Amino acid sequence: MSDKNQEMAERYKNNFLKEIEEQAEMGEWVKMCMQCGLCSGSCPTNFHSGWDHPPQEIFMLIRAGKREEVLNANGMYMCTSCYNCYVRCPRKVPVTHVMHGIAEYAYRIGRAPKNQPTMHLSKTFWTNATKYGRVNEVQLTQSLYFKDGIGAGIKKAMEMQSEALGLVKAGRLNPMEALGMGHKCKDIKGIHAMLAKAEELEAKNKAAKA
Amino acid sequence: MARKEYAFYPGCSSQKGASASNYLVSVESMCKTLDIKMTEIPDWNCCGASVSYAESGELPRIAMNARNFALAETNLPGQDIVATCAACWLGSRESKERLEHNSKLMADTQTALKEAGLQIKAIPEIRHMVEVLIEDLGYDELKKPVKKPLDGMKFAGYVGCQTNRPFGIAGESFENPMYLDKLIETVGGEAVKYDQKVTCCGGALAFSEPEKAQGQIKDIIEAAYDGGAEMIVTPCPLCQANVEVYQGQINKKYGTKFNIPVLYYSQLMTLAYGGSAKEAGLNGNVVKARKLEEFAGK
Repeated sequence: MSDKNQEMAERYKNNFLKEIEEQAEMGEWVKMCMQCGLCSGSCPTNFHSGWDHPPQEIFMLIRAGKREEVLNANGMYMCTSCYNCYVRCPRKVPVTHVMHGIAEYAYRIGRAPKNQPTMHLSKTFWTNATKYGRVNEVQLTQSLYFKDGIGAGIKKAMEMQSEALGLVKAGRLNPMEALGMGHKCKDIKGIHAMLAKAEELEAKNKAAKA
Repeated sequence: MARKEYAFYPGCSSQKGASASNYLVSVESMCKTLDIKMTEIPDWNCCGASVSYAESGELPRIAMNARNFALAETNLPGQDIVATCAACWLGSRESKERLEHNSKLMADTQTALKEAGLQIKAIPEIRHMVEVLIEDLGYDELKKPVKKPLDGMKFAGYVGCQTNRPFGIAGESFENPMYLDKLIETVGGEAVKYDQKVTCCGGALAFSEPEKAQGQIKDIIEAAYDGGAEMIVTPCPLCQANVEVYQGQINKKYGTKFNIPVLYYSQLMTLAYGGSAKEAGLNGNVVKARKLEEFAGK
């Protein structure tokens, strides 16, 4: 278990609601939930298997102080960002953002599941987008395919061959992007300096709480 | 001088050679006819999209969006920012709202922006291309340049998620928005009734959990066929790609025989305005819109 996780567990003792309110983006909204379940019923992925806890259960678990259950949950990573829950919530809880916030917090304290595919995509996307300031779609796809190793990556790439070829033919996929050619911002240096400062300030703000 | 001028935020997917490059081609043709001048924000960057949630953190994500605001404000003063991508629009608009309602967040963002030699004075309005069409021009103005109405063609207007939620188009309901149907009718097409108009295509999960996303895409396409549609039309680059590109895989998995073209509203408008197949970016469609190719050649 990571030091950061330990540190946070100790700092907040048994008050997991306070921990989420102060440390997770939009976490202050959790107490507004009235357990109606509209969020879960509206979720497009809640009709698939593999869910442990949909949003309203996550919210109740937080209030019940079930720290381990929440941090081990996979519900947060089922979000497609469709915003159905967000617009339907009768208490105006920004459910989508709260779920994203809990996922980010779990990641920050080293508790995010290691090989959860959407978690992996999320990290890969941000790394890719901030490297050159713009998304390199080919490198993004490659790093997703090869997340489980070379063999699995080649298999996946073969499965997707006709889709990729269709896009290349339609002029919507540039194979040269694989080599780092293609779309970039000019002031990459400025972007990196800006992001470093933003990360530093965010860490400072979070540490100042509690 | 053009009738309207905007600071254009095309976003990563609409760049040349990227997955929605045909969206860009058709938007440029459409804007030319409508006398709308779109000037690209110099050196714009990625909005972070929704899916970066797990790593980005609030301030870095907002700083990325704020950099675009500062660049637009400095280089294209007085112009609204217009995004064609649903995620760019959402990310920018969300960032603007949070910055304007949270002075601490604004102060921190300014400190970060300073590192890139930028600052924000007043954040421009953030608009979606569809808002510009409907609110700044209106359906009547959009109808005027129609030379070749798309008579007798049946389209399923697929609005999807992020041009509809959480912000949506003013005056429209989240559950049954009508603007896309109205745009289809404005160019002479028929908007069919079907029950998956605002269903999620799976978004980024099409990459990370294809089984889940493809299940959703299947429902959408099935409903469009059931409604009698010959083609699907959407305002979102990710909806377009997801619903179009995976039809082959879905056919393999479910034994379906899907082969339905998925277009952008801007492609329909370009064609109705008398544009060529190339100007409408039809060569960028993976599932070829044969009927429209023939129509454009007439």
